[in-house]
Amino acid sequence: MNFTMPNLLPAYPEIFLLIMVSTILVVDLFLPQRMRYITYALTQLALLGCAVLTLDVAVLTQGLATYTFTNMFVADLMGHALKIGAYIALFTTLVYSRAYLGVRGLWKGEFFALVLFALLGMMVMISANHFLTLYLGLELLSLSLYAMVALDRDSARATEAAMKYFVLGALASGLLLYGMSMIYGATGTLDISKVADRIANANPDRIVLTFGLVFLVSGMAFKLGVVPFHMWIPDVYHGAPTAVTLIIGSAPKLAAFAMAMRLLVLGLLDMAVDWQQMLVILAVLSMAVGNLAAIAQTNIKRMLAYSTISHMGFMLLGLLAGVVNGNWLNAADAYSAAMFYVVVYVLTTLGTFGMILLLSRGGFEAENLDDFKGLNARSPWYAFIMLLLMFSLAGVPPTVGFYAKLSVLQPLLAADMVWLAVVAVLFSLIGAFYYLRIVKLMYFDEPIDIAPIKPSLDVSLLISINGLAVLALGIMPQSLMALCYLSIKAL
Amino acid sequence: MNPTPWLSLTIWIPILFGLLVLMFSDRNAPLVRKLSLIGALLGLAVSIPLYVGFNTQTSAMQFVEFSRWIPRFNINYNLGVDGISLLFVLLNSFITVLVVLAGWESIQKRVAQYMAAFLIMSGLLNGVFAALDAMLFYVFFEATLIPMYLVIGVWGGPNRVYAAVKFFLYTLLGSLLMLVAFLYLYDKSGGSFSILDWHKLPIAMTPQILLFAAFFLAFAVKVPMWPVHTWLPDAHVEAPTGGSAVLAAILLKLGAYGFIRFSLPVLPDASHALSGFMITLSLIAVVYIGLVAIAQTDMKKLIAYSSIAHMGFVTLGFFIFNAYGIEGALVQMVSHGFVSAAMFLCVGVMYDRMHSRNIADYGGVVNTMPKFAALMMLFAMANCGLPATSGFVGEFMVIMGALKHNFWIGFLAATTLIFGAAYTLWMYKRVIFGAVANDHVAKLKDIGAREFLVLALLALAVLGMGLYPQPFTEVMHTSVNGLLQHLAVSKL
Repeated sequence: MNFTMPNLLPAYPEIFLLIMVSTILVVDLFLPQRMRYITYALTQLALLGCAVLTLDVAVLTQGLATYTFTNMFVADLMGHALKIGAYIALFTTLVYSRAYLGVRGLWKGEFFALVLFALLGMMVMISANHFLTLYLGLELLSLSLYAMVALDRDSARATEAAMKYFVLGALASGLLLYGMSMIYGATGTLDISKVADRIANANPDRIVLTFGLVFLVSGMAFKLGVVPFHMWIPDVYHGAPTAVTLIIGSAPKLAAFAMAMRLLVLGLLDMAVDWQQMLVILAVLSMAVGNLAAIAQTNIKRMLAYSTISHMGFMLLGLLAGVVNGNWLNAADAYSAAMFYVVVYVLTTLGTFGMILLLSRGGFEAENLDDFKGLNARSPWYAFIMLLLMFSLAGVPPTVGFYAKLSVLQPLLAADMVWLAVVAVLFSLIGAFYYLRIVKLMYFDEPIDIAPIKPSLDVSLLISINGLAVLALGIMPQSLMALCYLSIKAL
Repeated sequence: MNPTPWLSLTIWIPILFGLLVLMFSDRNAPLVRKLSLIGALLGLAVSIPLYVGFNTQTSAMQFVEFSRWIPRFNINYNLGVDGISLLFVLLNSFITVLVVLAGWESIQKRVAQYMAAFLIMSGLLNGVFAALDAMLFYVFFEATLIPMYLVIGVWGGPNRVYAAVKFFLYTLLGSLLMLVAFLYLYDKSGGSFSILDWHKLPIAMTPQILLFAAFFLAFAVKVPMWPVHTWLPDAHVEAPTGGSAVLAAILLKLGAYGFIRFSLPVLPDASHALSGFMITLSLIAVVYIGLVAIAQTDMKKLIAYSSIAHMGFVTLGFFIFNAYGIEGALVQMVSHGFVSAAMFLCVGVMYDRMHSRNIADYGGVVNTMPKFAALMMLFAMANCGLPATSGFVGEFMVIMGALKHNFWIGFLAATTLIFGAAYTLWMYKRVIFGAVANDHVAKLKDIGAREFLVLALLALAVLGMGLYPQPFTEVMHTSVNGLLQHLAVSKL
């Protein structure tokens, strides 16, 4: 029996994280409630360590794609960038949520362990080069999220949301797995690079492949939350404790983007004509339903849920403009635009949910639109931050949301899909209405709630950085754009 | 040594002062006002070298600044002015000073935010006029929406929310389609956002027409042209005085400027082909909106409609394709900047005292406010285009141009002299002349030194431009001729 040790280097961050989670789980058992901050600190430390290790791996591999575990796992530039994005997102989320969790009795060790397990799932997804690795990561992420939604076990709404999420999520996983099995049937392999190779050269059965593709796209659409697979999003966003909503709404989007890239672009690029058509339908429906339904919401978490749907639809526009008439010239532009869009979206979402967490306090959830009334009178600074975030979501310059839209529209026009671009901008016009409404509530109306807003120093610092980053990246978007472009180019 | 970046200064000095002012709370209101005035005056001061150093012999861009901004999309920080845009930078810097002065006492709520909004908007507007990169233009163009939205919504009248949202969404609709058009041109020009590159880009007829439609929506909403003008009366009526003044004097010019910077030179063939359509819409604005203005009972609404009619003159001048028309339209734009700002400030003066904009609530104001009545008389005359005021020069030139183009177009355009006089003078008569109408009017105090200064500066501008328009027209002459030569060549 001949056993060679696989190259562990590309997976250092994942291995480190797994060790850290296990340690935290054990350490937490011995901590009394008042010492829980140690768990918190260890969690943040784990994120920091992961970031250092990821950078280290990137340097040691010189940014080249490095495969290991018999090609099941890959560490490449896109993976590094998205992972670091996820660390930052979770770090920020944890800082924003601290006070919120504390006063609601959710300040428990399980929460932190689940967050880190979810992160591990995302990292495995991001680095997957094999259908099974991908599925493994996805399930680890999803199961952690289901549990987190139900963490506030006495809340009927949270429990209901968790049930819905679980049932629909399981269904989607089933679809995804079924699709994978069909592709396996047609190509005889689960390795993503080999799948691409077989489709290009071995002339597999197109009908089986196309069926498999439909299931893959459906499963993925569910995870991204695009219409018509969006039903869970509003309920889960609304029902989950806001801190958990923020976790669901931020970093996993990066992982879902990576999944789309690995499956569709790296695995099935030869079938681009087929899946691009599917994405057109998903994108247009998402922008329509998301933007129109958001107008009718009075709960800000639900409104942002529908806004997420529309943004994910807009992001798909980037993914579907890559290949034109079998020509790949547009590909790097289009996919990097989609990546830029996701990163910007996550950054902005962190800020908006951070603001909801900031306005909430013991016994009071700032989740109705009216809770934002007169924010300018209560705190001009936070109102200004929220103003920047809202205009960024609406895509108005000089915020970064504008460049996100710009960079997605550009490849769309280069691909001669002018009508789709016009549809997209018209729906984003409708979208602007409900973001403007928040600004209107903050600036034009008198406050109802006059409780002072007193966040701790780290929260106020971080949310200010978050808001200003939206502006600063709007004035100087080049670096982030170039990073996305390089990551995609290196694939 | 690099030459002084005057254009950047005109953009960033007001914005920086705006941000500085934003740091203060309302407790420091007097300091805030002084700082804002300094910012506005500095902004005006740095725009003067632009005029002094301007070379009137060339139609090329001057004071050009260039640096890479977003190389990923080949977007550059590229500024420059020619004879067409120069005057608007000056006009904007000038109006900003007046607006800061006009809001000195009448704004008591959130003074810092008010002043900051206007200063930041002033910088952004200068940016729109100076941008030579389409994306830079777009960023400034859109960014002006944010402060204006807040100005209308926070300091506006009772129906401010409706007006603010309508203003924002109307403008956004147009500009989003313009963004698509920009990206299309970017793609076709092989990856350039430079406006000057686009001027040289050959485009087939069908795309030209479609691009024209996209630009039309963006700019016609801003101008505003009939039938997409309905946001303007709402926005004007609800906006605070300063907001109305900037809106009428500068923001409306963005649309007209867009036509002359993008639609005409980038799409000359479509512009020629659709000139009949544009002329028709312009004449409807002149005649029909002129009649609508007569029927108004609210002073601000009346001036708002009069603005639409006057801007109809501007678009008319652009699309008759001769030097009289275009120069007349540009002069009209500048003149309208002075006159409409003055008219709105006059209404503001009365509104501060009576808290009413209804014509019926006034009457016999001349008895209690003689100085004010005299100044407003001048502006009313300028608004109806009386010779020796600035209003006359532009209208006369456009009518001349129109007559050369076609007698009936000229004839219909000339009716503005009648309608303009009808609505302006009739309003003036009902508000100012006659016996003192009620106790409130009887208690009115005449304008103070600060208000007098603001109106007197505008009066000087209006008279100066009317009596001696040479300094204005000589700046634009070469550029307009260059544009006309460019327009005469087909790009198909």
